[in-house]
Amino acid sequence: MLALLLLLAGGILYPLLQVLSVAMSSEGGGFTLRHLGAFFRRPLFLESLVNTLATGLLAVFFGSLVGVPLAFLTVRYTFPGRTVLQTLCALPLVIPPFVGAVAFQQILGRSGTLNLLLAQTFGRTLPIMEGLTGVVLVQTLHYFPLIMLNTAAAMAGLDPSLEEAARNLGASGFRLFRRVLLPLALPGYAAGALITFIRVVDDLGTPLMLNYTKLLAPQAYLRVTTVGLTDVDGYVICVILVVLSVGALWGSKAVVGLSEYATLQRGAEAETRVVRGVPALGLWLLAAALLGPALLPHAGILLLSVSKVWSLSLLPTVYTLANYDEILVRTTSFLWNTLRYALLAASADVILGAAIAWLLLRGTVRGRGWLDTIATMPLAIPGVVLAVGYLRVFHGWNFPGLGEPLTATWLILVLAYTMRRLPYTVRGAYAALQQLPPALEEAAQNLGANRLRTFARVTAPLMARGLLAGGLIAFITSAVELSSTILLVPRIELGPLSYGIYIYMQSAVGRGPGAALGVVAIALVGCGTWLAHRLAARGGGSLFRL
Amino acid sequence: MTRKLSSEVKLERVGKRYGEVRAVREVSLTILPGEFFTLLGPSGCGKTTLLRLIAGFASLDSGRILLDGEPIDHVPPWKRNVGLVFQHGALWPHLSVYENVAFGLRERKIPPAELASRVAAALSLVGLEGFERRRPSQLSGGQQQRVALARTLAIQPRLLLLDEPLSNLDAQLRAQMRLELARLQRELAITTIYVTHDQAEALALSHRVAVFQDGAVVQEGTPEEIYWRPRNRFVAEFVGAANLVPAQVMELRETGVLVEAGTSIRLPVPADPARWRTGARALLCLRPEALRLEEAAIGRGTGFFATVAGRVFEGDRHIYEVRTGEGSLLRVEMPALGAARIFRLGDRVRVEFSAETVVLLPDG
Repeated sequence: MLALLLLLAGGILYPLLQVLSVAMSSEGGGFTLRHLGAFFRRPLFLESLVNTLATGLLAVFFGSLVGVPLAFLTVRYTFPGRTVLQTLCALPLVIPPFVGAVAFQQILGRSGTLNLLLAQTFGRTLPIMEGLTGVVLVQTLHYFPLIMLNTAAAMAGLDPSLEEAARNLGASGFRLFRRVLLPLALPGYAAGALITFIRVVDDLGTPLMLNYTKLLAPQAYLRVTTVGLTDVDGYVICVILVVLSVGALWGSKAVVGLSEYATLQRGAEAETRVVRGVPALGLWLLAAALLGPALLPHAGILLLSVSKVWSLSLLPTVYTLANYDEILVRTTSFLWNTLRYALLAASADVILGAAIAWLLLRGTVRGRGWLDTIATMPLAIPGVVLAVGYLRVFHGWNFPGLGEPLTATWLILVLAYTMRRLPYTVRGAYAALQQLPPALEEAAQNLGANRLRTFARVTAPLMARGLLAGGLIAFITSAVELSSTILLVPRIELGPLSYGIYIYMQSAVGRGPGAALGVVAIALVGCGTWLAHRLAARGGGSLFRL
Repeated sequence: MTRKLSSEVKLERVGKRYGEVRAVREVSLTILPGEFFTLLGPSGCGKTTLLRLIAGFASLDSGRILLDGEPIDHVPPWKRNVGLVFQHGALWPHLSVYENVAFGLRERKIPPAELASRVAAALSLVGLEGFERRRPSQLSGGQQQRVALARTLAIQPRLLLLDEPLSNLDAQLRAQMRLELARLQRELAITTIYVTHDQAEALALSHRVAVFQDGAVVQEGTPEEIYWRPRNRFVAEFVGAANLVPAQVMELRETGVLVEAGTSIRLPVPADPARWRTGARALLCLRPEALRLEEAAIGRGTGFFATVAGRVFEGDRHIYEVRTGEGSLLRVEMPALGAARIFRLGDRVRVEFSAETVVLLPDG
């Protein structure tokens, strides 16, 4: 228990406090709000703050416009291909946002397919990938499934008799939707909206890929990489980022209390409306209009990965497999590093998650509240902030046993991934353990197994599915993590896949191999997500929860 | 399984508190080797807590628990060798029936050959040979409870604790399992503490019963004593059906007291005259099966005059509800076989009973 608390304090709390203390101490070491005050007098920072808030809110707004109708369609109507549609809805999530950004650039960008087509036929172009618009577009289309899946899960989990009661009392149509369904699904929707907002604010890869830096995360990144670790402004921006995330968390809790209305006891199975023939076609057209744009990058990145030349043309002009040769045969370090880091981090998360969940639910030691709080914290700490904190804490002194600073080795990446994804396995393990009647463990003790043996023979095997599902999610999200990676990679040959994509994409000739790495990332995330869902065998949204 | 498995359990002023709630208060009981002892009471009366204290899943706040004279307060659950069968079986879903039963034996590092034979013996004891490879989810509720029992018996515990093991079975299966449980317990002669809220189970199975109310023992005794000599209104009403008729003590006699019920009836009832005083208010406890109905015109001068207010036929008996002159309702159960006549709604009747079946209870 104490060791766990120390580990978490060292990996999460201390770096965060360091960032806070640097941002709020004067040259002499005393407390000051001068730096924070200065932030609000710098036009560039203020603009970045406004832009960050705007991207977060706009992504949630547009994401809701796409996600809520899709959720309603897939939960309330039965039509041919509904399962296919549900699967398609999760697909945008399997493409890392910064990879999506590249693909969108290729298709919708200034000299992308769409604009070339428009220029040829109408003689004018649509600048939708420029600046803030591009960032919001990419993030909306990437993150709306979080809103859709959470809303759908909340709707599907409702006791149908609640709705039947409303119908019985005379409510119908839109009134029924507005007065009963919507309020009941609100907690699920709010969870989806919240996690979307936090992820968008935290997203460093997309703006960097689109070369738009007037946002807080890129500003913090630029400060640290160009001005250096001694620059106070970088820390101040980090504090603002944390305030935004935590503020969003508190805000949404205050609004809906994040309670769930989904019930375990349920009446008859929900009556869904069966739609066939022409109306079904109409539903599909509507779904396609909502979902279609979000699936563009998958096609784009695949095409880009097999193209030798794709420039100023609608589609690639010369095809090749050389890009895969580059990443699978010649420069394999990105792939191997990714597998190694993500696997190590996920394994550590599984072990830590199981131990923490057990202590939270079955333990009797004091300090469990702290453990819970610290273990959940990474959800609200942007990756950039954690990375800056690590650089601050571990830079410049030799870690015992390593002979060099922790930040000079790849271990720092494993540590960052482990801490950032810990909440996933803690949640997974917590949920699994909660469903486990204590009598099962007591029975083992009663028959002669001590606590440790009971955990090994009964508790752990029964938690395995939930743990593994959480571990897989930790694995795939670590494998495509960029926000903290980009700051923490010590040397290029130690970089993982996400870093590789970023590096490749910096040059024109690198776009092909970069896209090939992107395809690998998509495949990795896709398989992992599918497996995790099979393991969890639960509603679609549950794994993407806060 | 021929080893003698008997232990004596002694509870000395055992107390347990959960916050403000005193779940168990000052309970002192002695359970003899080989005895089938039942803790009977409504839900929330502390009986399960007491069982968990004995098994070691809750710690004592006061008092002591002695097993064969040894205090076990500081022995962890896994070293007590006290077998507990849980209310819902608590079979491990990831293990087969065989592995469930073998669990405790593996913890005890029993050599493979002996392990196999002991698992087989335990399964045959509960009549589940051939089910070794099944998963718990492939068993019916009754079979699951049998596996739970076999799993516990396999380790040859010195004490068997049963926490409402029949409560989630249907009525027919429950009756059958009750007989099997009684047979097994007599065969193994293992000291058994049985927790239940079902008075019929308690009466049918036990050598002795302790009735619980609000964490304390209200009455302790053989099933017959509990049923026919309830100590207070709670026990009378909880164990079996009881008609309670207000009465007043008129006269103390050497072997009993004379009471007056209503305005019409005076009768001598068995009671300890030392515990009563003249003029005291009391309740007559009349068991429904100890009452019989006669036509109002015939019979002696005893009993209540009443009117039939309801009748239900239950196959083996008729259950009447009759309203006495004072307005109280009495429940009367009469065997259907050989009944002289069947009364109808509104019939005037006389409720007859013999004085020795009456129990005098303090009122309030």
